[in-house]
This record gives sequence, structure tokens and C-alpha cells, in this order.
Amino acid sequence: MADLLFLFISILVIASAVNVVISSQLIYSAVSLLFTLFGVAGLYVFLYADFMAATQVIIYVGGILVLIIFGVMLTNKIDTPNIVSSSSNQVIGFFAASFLFLIQLAVIVKTDWKQGEVQQIEGTVDVIGSMLLWDYFLAFEVVSILLLAALIGAAFLSRRNA
Amino acid sequence: MSSVVGSLNELLVSLFSDISLDVSFLFLLAVIIPGVVIFLIMTVNAIVAVYMERKVSAFMQDRLGPMEVGIFGFKGGKKFWGGIGQTIADAIKLLVKEDIIPNDADRFLMILAPFIIFIGAFVTFIGVPFSEGLIISDFNIGILYVIAMSSVGVIGIILAGWSSNNKWSLYGAMRAAAQIISYEIPIGLSLILVVIVVGSLEMSEIVKWQADNRWFIIHSPFAMLGFFIFFISGVAETNRVPFDIPEAESELVAGWMTEYSGFRWALFFLSEYTNMLIVCIIASVVFLGGWLSPFKIINLPYVDIIPDSFFILDGFYLGLFWLLIKAIFLIFVMMWFRWTFPRLRVDQLMYLCWKVFIPFALGNLVFICIWELLF
Repeated sequence: MADLLFLFISILVIASAVNVVISSQLIYSAVSLLFTLFGVAGLYVFLYADFMAATQVIIYVGGILVLIIFGVMLTNKIDTPNIVSSSSNQVIGFFAASFLFLIQLAVIVKTDWKQGEVQQIEGTVDVIGSMLLWDYFLAFEVVSILLLAALIGAAFLSRRNA
Repeated sequence: MSSVVGSLNELLVSLFSDISLDVSFLFLLAVIIPGVVIFLIMTVNAIVAVYMERKVSAFMQDRLGPMEVGIFGFKGGKKFWGGIGQTIADAIKLLVKEDIIPNDADRFLMILAPFIIFIGAFVTFIGVPFSEGLIISDFNIGILYVIAMSSVGVIGIILAGWSSNNKWSLYGAMRAAAQIISYEIPIGLSLILVVIVVGSLEMSEIVKWQADNRWFIIHSPFAMLGFFIFFISGVAETNRVPFDIPEAESELVAGWMTEYSGFRWALFFLSEYTNMLIVCIIASVVFLGGWLSPFKIINLPYVDIIPDSFFILDGFYLGLFWLLIKAIFLIFVMMWFRWTFPRLRVDQLMYLCWKVFIPFALGNLVFICIWELLF
């Protein structure tokens, strides 16, 4: 049962991810991305990372994906029905992509995969919270400042008389 | 805390222990049954809420509301029960209406969009409790799950507006997206208050804390402010008057729903009333003591004004009764808003969210931490 569900989610993720790339209309790519991101959240659930899964849905589906769709609609004339994505440099792109793929394939084949003991974890929220605010506090704060800077920068750029 | 799926699974396994059935099949059954029940709850909720909406509107405007369509003994004449058959007529009308897709619309997305919105509302119900132990699955990320899943619907709204190939729809969708994304922030920030105080995201833990101490709304002045921020943002999140800018009839016809008709429009309708119910139940559970009796606002050991044994219903059903009473009262307040406040302009809406609610919610967050340290 669980295997079947895992297979279904994996196929969903891969198929929709492929569709994101090959779809010629940007809006269809964005919709495919919805299924990819949801599927990844499902994979997190399989890893007992419930907090990660919920965060994935909040940030990527509820935030970033909406922003992408917004961007797709607003950067073009909004009443143009077809926003087409084109591809250029196909030959160079093919070689670069296959080169990268070969490297990754080599890594996957050569890695000595180890299967650990399957253990059920009761809730990851506490652990993540205390880790962030004790062990990795500096990194957490640096990331916060980076995000704040990005926020202020975006607000500055969007002002009319910047 | 047990969940419905878990106990249902155990029940099924014990029932069918004689017949050799696959365990995973029984588990599938234990998942499907609550799904059907959720769907029934959504439908019944929409039907009852529509009737309530009509009657409350009529009451607010000193009219009678629907009076003609009656069933059985309730036909016409009597002041309140007059149009009780109206909702059934409404539902049948929606189901038999012609389903139109405009020629220039994006067919695939236009069909897909209502289902995304519907699924968003449907899945949220998995984490919504109805009484003690009556929750499909009591995640330890309960509240976070509800927030996450209720943010999925926005994508459906944007797609619906875009695929209709209609300017009204598109403007409605843009407004809806901007509004819902903005108001998600004060909602999240005011729910964090309770998480800070209780120290858990689990629904049952939150209510247990309120049973041991007091309802969260009177925990501190900041918690009370948090409730009002949450509830008003919830009204905005469900696109209801005075925040119904995305579907403002006088400006945008019906906003992002303009081109929809028939069953797919009914799905929008269903999800909208479902979202209303979800917001009200979450507000009741998090701030108003969930399934606790209103006579136990504060947990005092020897004072019990009206004990639970006073009521005919016992524990579990009494909890369901109180939670529904609270939720229905909040739904009534939402309808009350509708006939009390004029619609906001877009800039006023954004002003309210970004310059009033978010600063106050952030301040709340700081002050409730100080409050927790002091008391």
C-alpha cells in the first residue's frame, strides 16, 4: 500500500517536473509546478518530516508558486492569452545538459548507498525549533538579515521615484 | 489522542477478522469513509448556510426572506419555517444548470481550477476537529497543516480568473490573490500566539491547555487582540463582505467566477461556505475553548456554575454541540458583518492588512512573550 503510494507520488513528481520544462506555455509550466511541489511535500511525509512537508506547502505552493503565476501574468500584457516560452541555443544546451546528467549518473552509480534502520520519529517540530535557536542560531540570524535586506531592496525598487 | 482514521481502521479489522481481507484494503476503506463523511458535511453545511444567509439577510433588512417553497408541513405562512424548501430548490437548480465554457477560454485550466479550490477546502478538513477525539487525523503539526492547506485555494482562484479569458475574471482573480496572500500573514501571526503559549501545534493539546487553564481569548489582552485580528482576517480570507472586492458585484459582475456556471460554479460555492466553516471552527478551537462548555471559561477547581452533567448529552456529543454552537455563532457574526459594513476599497483593504493588522500582530507576538515570562 505504502509502496504503491510512494510509486504514485514519485511518478507524479517526475512527470510534472518534466512537463514544467517541456511545456511551451508558461502558465502550464506553473500549473505543473503545483503538482511537483505537492508531490515533494508528499515525499517529505514519507520521510516522517511532517513539519518540512507543511512548510513546503505554505512557502512553495502558497507563496512562491503564486508569485510565479503573478509574475507570468503581470510581466506580459495581461489580456494576451498565450505566453510562450521559447528555447534557444539548443545544441549547446543539449551538450551541457547531457554532460551534467552523466556526472550525476556517475555519482549515483558509484555511491555506496547505505540503508539505515527505519525509525518512526514523533514530531520533528521541537527538534527543529531548538536546533534553530540554539545550535544554528548564528546561521539562522544571518539568513534572517539576508531576507530582510532582500525585502527592503524589493520595497526600494518598487517605489516609483527610487 | 486517537484519530478517526486510526480507530475506524481498528474497528474494521475487528469486524472483518473472520473474513480474510487484505489489511491495506481495510486501511483504504478507513480512509475513504471519512472522505465521504467530509463531503457530506461540506454539502450539508453549504445547504444550511445558504438558508441561514437568506433568512439572516432578511432579518437584518426587516423582510421575511424565502417564504414560498415549503416541504411537508412547513409550507408558507409561518413566519420562520416558510421557505425551508428553498435550499433544496437552489441545489437542484445548480445541478441541472447548463455548464458553459466560453469558446476562447482555456478549456483545460478552466475545468481544473474549481477542483483545485475544492480539493484545497476538502483536504483542510482532515486537520479540523469537531469534538474530543473527533478529528480525521490529529497531526502533531495540526494548525500548521490547516494553514498550509487553506493556502492552496488561491492558485485555483488565479487559474479560474485567468483561464476564463475575461477582464472581469482576471481583475477579480488578481484582487483575490493579492488579498488572500496578504491576509494569510496576520492569520499566521495570530495563530502563533497560541502556539507560543501552549507549546504545541496539535489541536487536542491546544484545547487541553484551555481546559486546564482558561479560554485562550481571555488569557491576556494580547490574545484577545489576536482573536479579533484572526477573525477579521478570516473574513477577508473567505472573500466575504466587507472584503468582497474580488467579486464586487457592482464593479466586476462576479469577479473570478463570472464565466462559470452549473456544477463547477457549485464547487466554488461549496468551497466558499466550507472555508467559512473552517475559519469559524478554527477560531472556536484556538481561541474560544473548542469543545469546552462556555460555563468553564476559567478552570477553577471548586466552582462549577453549571456542570456538564446538567445537560442531556454526554462528554463527546456535548463537545460537538458546544463547538458547533460557537462556530455557528461566528458564522452568524460574519453574516451580520455583511449587512453592517460597506465594501472597502482596494487601497483601504491593503492599508488595513499591511499597516494595521501586521504591525499589531507582530507587536502582539513580542508582548505575549513578555507576558509569558512575567506571569
